[in-house]
Amino acid sequence: MKKKNSKKSSPTFQESAKAYLENTQLRRNIGHATHTIRDKRKQAVDEMPDWEDLREAGSNIKQRVMRHMDKYLLQLEESVQQAGGVVHWAKDAKEANRIIVDLVKEQQVEEVVKVKSITTDEIKLNKALADEGVQALETDLAELIVQLAEDEPSHILVPAIHKNRAEIRELFKKKLEKAELSDRPEDLAEAARLYLRKKFLSAKVGISGGNFAVAETGTISVVESEGNGRMCTTLPDTLITVMGIEKLIPTWRDFEVFMQLLPRSATAERMNPYNSFWTGVTQGDGPQEFHLVLLDNGRTNVLADEVGRQTLNCIRCSACLNVCPVYERTGGHAYNSVYPGPIGAILTPQLKGLKDDGVASLPYASSLCGACYEVCPVKINIPEVLVHLRGKIVDEKKRKGGFKAKLDEEHIGMKLMARTFKKRSRYERAQRWARVGQGLFEKNGTISKLPGELSGWTAMRDIKPIPDQTFREWWRSRDE
Amino acid sequence: MSDSKDEILGRVRNALKNVPENEHPEDVSVSRAYLQEGSLTGQKLVSLFARRTGEYKAKVRRIKKEELKSTISVACREQEVKRLVIPPGFPPEWLPDSVEPVHDKPEEPLTHQELDESDGVITTCALAIAQTGSIILDAGEGQGRRALTLLPDYHLCIVREDQVVELVPEAFVHFDQQIKEEGSPMTFISGPSATSDIELNRVEGVHGPRRLEVFIVGS
Repeated sequence: MKKKNSKKSSPTFQESAKAYLENTQLRRNIGHATHTIRDKRKQAVDEMPDWEDLREAGSNIKQRVMRHMDKYLLQLEESVQQAGGVVHWAKDAKEANRIIVDLVKEQQVEEVVKVKSITTDEIKLNKALADEGVQALETDLAELIVQLAEDEPSHILVPAIHKNRAEIRELFKKKLEKAELSDRPEDLAEAARLYLRKKFLSAKVGISGGNFAVAETGTISVVESEGNGRMCTTLPDTLITVMGIEKLIPTWRDFEVFMQLLPRSATAERMNPYNSFWTGVTQGDGPQEFHLVLLDNGRTNVLADEVGRQTLNCIRCSACLNVCPVYERTGGHAYNSVYPGPIGAILTPQLKGLKDDGVASLPYASSLCGACYEVCPVKINIPEVLVHLRGKIVDEKKRKGGFKAKLDEEHIGMKLMARTFKKRSRYERAQRWARVGQGLFEKNGTISKLPGELSGWTAMRDIKPIPDQTFREWWRSRDE
Repeated sequence: MSDSKDEILGRVRNALKNVPENEHPEDVSVSRAYLQEGSLTGQKLVSLFARRTGEYKAKVRRIKKEELKSTISVACREQEVKRLVIPPGFPPEWLPDSVEPVHDKPEEPLTHQELDESDGVITTCALAIAQTGSIILDAGEGQGRRALTLLPDYHLCIVREDQVVELVPEAFVHFDQQIKEEGSPMTFISGPSATSDIELNRVEGVHGPRRLEVFIVGS
């Protein structure tokens, strides 16, 4: 894009996307995977006669939580404490990492087992632990693949979606020291099972995220498929759960809504293989020490924006990624964030603020087609928030750009457009001029290339020329 | 630590300035027009549960109570299971002589290593959901602590026909009181351990039991 106002800005979506679009293997992997899951999700949803009612309820419950988050947070803290757990509050990533590192060091271990958690990716917990000499072992198959490849996750639910089985086989052969290994998913899963089993049996500390936390009872849930979640939340002596403050639900019974919405939207299953629900500490069963770390890290900024607030409804199902025509082509890495896809395009800018050019480019990573809104189980109106954020970005530019921003071509163009559209006579005059001018660029009834500043518009698309006669002109000539 | 708590709560309250002071959480209406109770009963309900559980590649057998002992014996032979983990409170009269029982006792719990070295585990359950083919464990009598059904590679679960409910909401209502009073750890199991992490293809069997067998017992 044009100028970079700070040296530390991350690359823009448009810049990164270009490189990823050229990687045909990646596009094939992601295209294949998203189309598979898209069709399955539709089947899983279509068999539910009350799906729309569930979505409505899910959205309502989350709205209630957001509007009264302070009360629910206090209630949650009390319930968890009553059930024998300890609650910690972390303003930002740094504080959360400090708390967790201290808790881990108290146990004098050099290794912890982890369940897949995007929140811990968000705060870069693994690095914080590594800096203090503790190795965090990812136990979810896809996270393990990403960790062994020293790669970054590219999907909320399936972080290694960009890798195909042949690539995974090569990785495992090298990193797990397997001389012989086929590329059958069954054999690859078996290799991971054997590698991790030893680790689970001796783990002293487990770290997890949480899908939901019940304010009323203090119950936390982890929804998963492989059993690594059960391993990490059951076998170690100490369990540390890190969770964004928005993951609250008011009552145990509210699970009846979310435990229907989430599995069908996420993995397109009627129910995912394992759901664990634990309430503090249970004597003689599971970890005897439980810590819950409640994380803000920008979430209260999202809460403060009345349009953007609905973003916090997100239950991280990833249905919006799987239907997105943009995500399908660029993959998740182009978003330069642990939250990719449509939800990432609205969540990341709100969590991080719009100062960074890269982050501020994300709300433009969309054609506003609305497929994401249609599949969202908690009815987040993603296109609405995208447009809202684009507005804020333009305002921000104007504010900080001063007089220079007024000379920006886009700004002048928009001003001219506004003037033209304001008055009928001006609009019709502009039409007449354009009709004369367009003759130079029209070929076989389409315009594929416009000159100068207008060329940006036709770089990606053809446009239809303005017809010889508009409806109004025709109507007038008819009267004569 | 409490400084951060105050600061976060302060930020939350500041963000919610536009919410009227006198608004209560209950004032935000929640529409619950979704189905809360099923319409199936009797054999239709049980058949739905059997079918849905089977679709996850769990092995399902429908038997009578008096066939329990012999069918457990057959299943264990088929699965080559000898060392079978038995949770506290599991009815001893159901156990065939052909298996070698490994008892987990509260005062003398099995180690993770011992559980890992066993061939399988047998449990009862707390409830089952037909709509989703799920079995629910609440760590009660006959089910034991959570690790028991996690480390062995084979899980045989016994479900009574009268334990099957149709819809997901019915299950959560069922445990509402229990969670509030006892806070029991709950596990929902829907088929054997699985992953969709490689090209989004479902593969059965990663870390949890790779083989799940369910007996549905009629009276």
